Amino acid sequence: MIGLSHYLTVAAILFTIGVLGIFLNRRNIILMLMAIELILLAVNINLVAFSAYLGDVTGQVFAMFVLTVAAAEAAIGLAILVIFFRRRGSIAVDDADRMRG
Amino acid sequence: MIAFYLFATLTIASAILVIFARNPVHSVLWLIVAFFNAAGLMLLLGAEFIAMLLVIVYVGAVAVLFLFVVMMLNIDFARLRSGFTKNLPFGLMIALVLLAEIVIAANARQAGPLINAPTSTAPVRPNIVAVGEALYGRFLFPFELAGLILLVAMIGAIVLTHRSRGDSRGQNIPRQIARRPEDAVKNMQPGVGEGMKL
Repeated sequence: MIGLSHYLTVAAILFTIGVLGIFLNRRNIILMLMAIELILLAVNINLVAFSAYLGDVTGQVFAMFVLTVAAAEAAIGLAILVIFFRRRGSIAVDDADRMRG
Repeated sequence: MIAFYLFATLTIASAILVIFARNPVHSVLWLIVAFFNAAGLMLLLGAEFIAMLLVIVYVGAVAVLFLFVVMMLNIDFARLRSGFTKNLPFGLMIALVLLAEIVIAANARQAGPLINAPTSTAPVRPNIVAVGEALYGRFLFPFELAGLILLVAMIGAIVLTHRSRGDSRGQNIPRQIARRPEDAVKNMQPGVGEGMKL
C-alpha cells in the first residue's frame, strides 16, 4: 500500500538532488536554476501529497502558486542571465564580481 | 502500486541525470522527463489539474525557455564544469545528511498524532470542480495576485532584455506635442509663372 510517507520520501530525495546540484555546479548558473526548479518540484509533490492525504484541496491551490512563482523566477532569472552574458561574454559565477561581493 | 514505483524511480533517475549530464541541453531534456514523471505521480494522487498544469507550464514554457537560453548563448561549458569533482565528496556528504534528516522527519509523524488519519467524508467531487471552487472562492485574492506576479515577470523580462537599436524609428511624443502650427505650416504666394522654392 502506497502511503503518504512514500510520496514524502520521493519528494525528499528530489529535494536533496536539487541541493546537491547547486553544490556541484557552483559555476554554472543555468544548472543552478534547473536545480532550483527541481527543489520547487519536490515542494509541489509534498503539497499535493498532503492535500490528497487530508482530503483538502488547499494544498493543490498552493502548489499552483508555487508553480506561478517558479515560472516567474525562471523568466526573470534567464533574462538576467542573458543580459549578463551580453555584457561579460560568460555566465560563470566567478565572473560576477563587479560589485566585489 | 507498480505505477507509483515506476514514476518515482523515473523521476529520481532523471533528476540525477539533470545534475550529472555533461551537456546542458541534455540536462534540460532530462528535466522535461522528470516533470512528466512528477505529473504522473500527481495523477496517482488524484490531482489531475495540477498534473496537467505541471506539463503545460513546466514542459511547455519553463523547459522551452531553458532550452532556448542554453542554445542561444554560446557558452564554454567545459570551463564551467571544472571544480565539479572537487566538490563531489563534500556535496554528497551534505546531501546524504540532509536526506537522512528529511526522511526521518517525514516518517516521524507516525510517532505522534501530528496529523490524523484522512477524514474525508465529504462527497467526492471531481478534482477540477474542487480546485475551481477554491481558486475562485476562498483564494480569489491570492489568485489575482498570482496573475499580477506573472504580469510583473513578463514586463520585467521584456524590459531587462530589450535592447534599443540606434537606427530604429519610433514615436517621440514630447517633440510631437511641442510642435506648433507656425513651425510646421508655411503659407506661400507664388507669382505667375514662377515655381515654388521650398
